[in-house]
Amino acid sequence: MNKKVDIARQFIEAIPHSKALGMQLTDMGDGVATIEMPYDGKLVGDPDTGVIHGGAVSALMDTCCGAAVMSHPANPGGTATIDLRIDYMRAATPGQAIRAQATCYHVTRTVAFVRATATDDDSENPVAAATGAFTVEGTR
Amino acid sequence: MKAPRRPPEPVQVVKQRRDATLRALVERVPYIQYLGMQFERKGDELTGVLPFDQKLIGNPMLPAIHGGVTAAFLEVTAIITLSWSYLWEDVESGVIDTDALEAGGLPRLPKTIDISTDYLRSGLPRDAYARARINRSGRRYASVHVEAWQDNRSRLFAQATGHFLMPPLRD
Repeated sequence: MNKKVDIARQFIEAIPHSKALGMQLTDMGDGVATIEMPYDGKLVGDPDTGVIHGGAVSALMDTCCGAAVMSHPANPGGTATIDLRIDYMRAATPGQAIRAQATCYHVTRTVAFVRATATDDDSENPVAAATGAFTVEGTR
Repeated sequence: MKAPRRPPEPVQVVKQRRDATLRALVERVPYIQYLGMQFERKGDELTGVLPFDQKLIGNPMLPAIHGGVTAAFLEVTAIITLSWSYLWEDVESGVIDTDALEAGGLPRLPKTIDISTDYLRSGLPRDAYARARINRSGRRYASVHVEAWQDNRSRLFAQATGHFLMPPLRD
């Protein structure tokens, strides 16, 4: 892995909230990032079913999208979320880890555009999808 | 002759019922407890409160609250406000069974269909507040707008619009 991706990886793994949620960066480079978040009882949103709260999925999506932006060759530095929309297609299966994969599909001098999906063990049926715009820092 | 009117209930009875309902909504969700979120109530108006904590940090260099935490804070405020509004009539009429509520017997919560969050400023390392406005609440779907701020009510640091699937009506 090249130096910039290494720095980005260190940066992401140092995020207190991502660490608190047990997020693991499993793959990153060329504008694509994959992050896994293990199932944890403290993240449950519906105590009757044990399904993870949408908010925890949002945190995963946001982190993953940010990682994808930072790994894009056209982005010189850090990034911040401008907006992020999340569609929840189905409840994640209780007990299973959630994996998010984000692609930064276009970068201008000032804005990076990202889309992402999240799945559990049934990788054919996404749990959630996201689209967002992120800042490109250090260009002006 | 006018029909005899029921005397107003003692204020502590009304408050007890409202607070027990709100507590039941908030305290039984592990993720709300994990974030450390609380709700303040003035009559039927709710304000979500997110006390600052180190584990909420997303950018240690600034430092700033994690964008995912902000999104979660807005989403939770929307869901609790929506649940609160459809329970309100039963709370006020006294139909609601607060003992059953405390024991965990709540109607199902609304489910998020989608939510779109705008990040207007970075979330500073201090307490945050949020209020939701229900723009439309039908039998099946609801549309809710949420605003969040920190030091100044007029300087929002984030806002969101979400659509929610309402739980099936109780029989």
